[in-house]
Amino acid sequence: MIAAYVPTSTWYLLLAAALFGIGATGLLVRRNPLVMFMCIELMLNAANLTFVAFAMQTGDINGQTSVFFVLVVAAAEVVVGLGIIVSILRHRPGATADDLAEMKG
Amino acid sequence: MELVVFVLASLMVLAGAFGVVLMSNPVHAAMSLVLTLFGVAVHFVAMEAHFLAAVQVIVYAGAIVVLFLFVIMLLGVDRADDLQIEPFPIQRPLALVVGVGTIGLVAAAILRAKDSVDREVALDASGDSNIRLLARNLFQDHVFAFELTSVLLIVAVAGTVVMTRRTSTPEAESTQSNGAA
Repeated sequence: MIAAYVPTSTWYLLLAAALFGIGATGLLVRRNPLVMFMCIELMLNAANLTFVAFAMQTGDINGQTSVFFVLVVAAAEVVVGLGIIVSILRHRPGATADDLAEMKG
Repeated sequence: MELVVFVLASLMVLAGAFGVVLMSNPVHAAMSLVLTLFGVAVHFVAMEAHFLAAVQVIVYAGAIVVLFLFVIMLLGVDRADDLQIEPFPIQRPLALVVGVGTIGLVAAAILRAKDSVDREVALDASGDSNIRLLARNLFQDHVFAFELTSVLLIVAVAGTVVMTRRTSTPEAESTQSNGAA
């Protein structure tokens, strides 16, 4: 009876929407820059899940190739972002995102 | 069986996501992120994206989370944040509104488009394996973009090295000149 329900791409899309919303909320709520980066990773993973769900549903491999490129860009973004965080927190230990408003023009 | 896999992996994903947002200790948040990434990898396997599942575990759980943990340990920021402090009292209700609104709007759009989205699944029609299909697509149709990603990675790594070295250059130079003197 239960086995009759096979997950379709709609289910995956709903899960990705939930994951993206949680990541967006965390990005707005948390003040530790490292945790904010982790929330961005959550949102990128939600986008990846959407790509793969649509690739499965349409039978088009291009969606999976897009996920590959998103992975590369996420890796580059983490490298640059963590470099910025390291160079900021080295001078000001314990700085939160609110303390970094001095870069404002 | 597929339903059981879907429910379990979704529980992993959502529990990890809530852990990232709600854990006060950054190390615990990084561990929750690993849980989420493994759940997404399980979903990739269920959707027959085997290569991406492997890459997800290797790159995300193996490299990016290790990088996060390395920075946490390097900077010594592994003490717990006090989540009770709210600098802007309106911030959390507004963030909740934004998050719930995003989920609600996207979910409504998905459910509304359900009839046109839910069709027969038609992957692997040619009988080729996932890796073979992906490789053919990547190295034939998108080979220029693939080469550009290598340029992107080189530039990112070189830029980060330059950026993090410049802050420590004056002290390094002074210690060097002291040593020479």
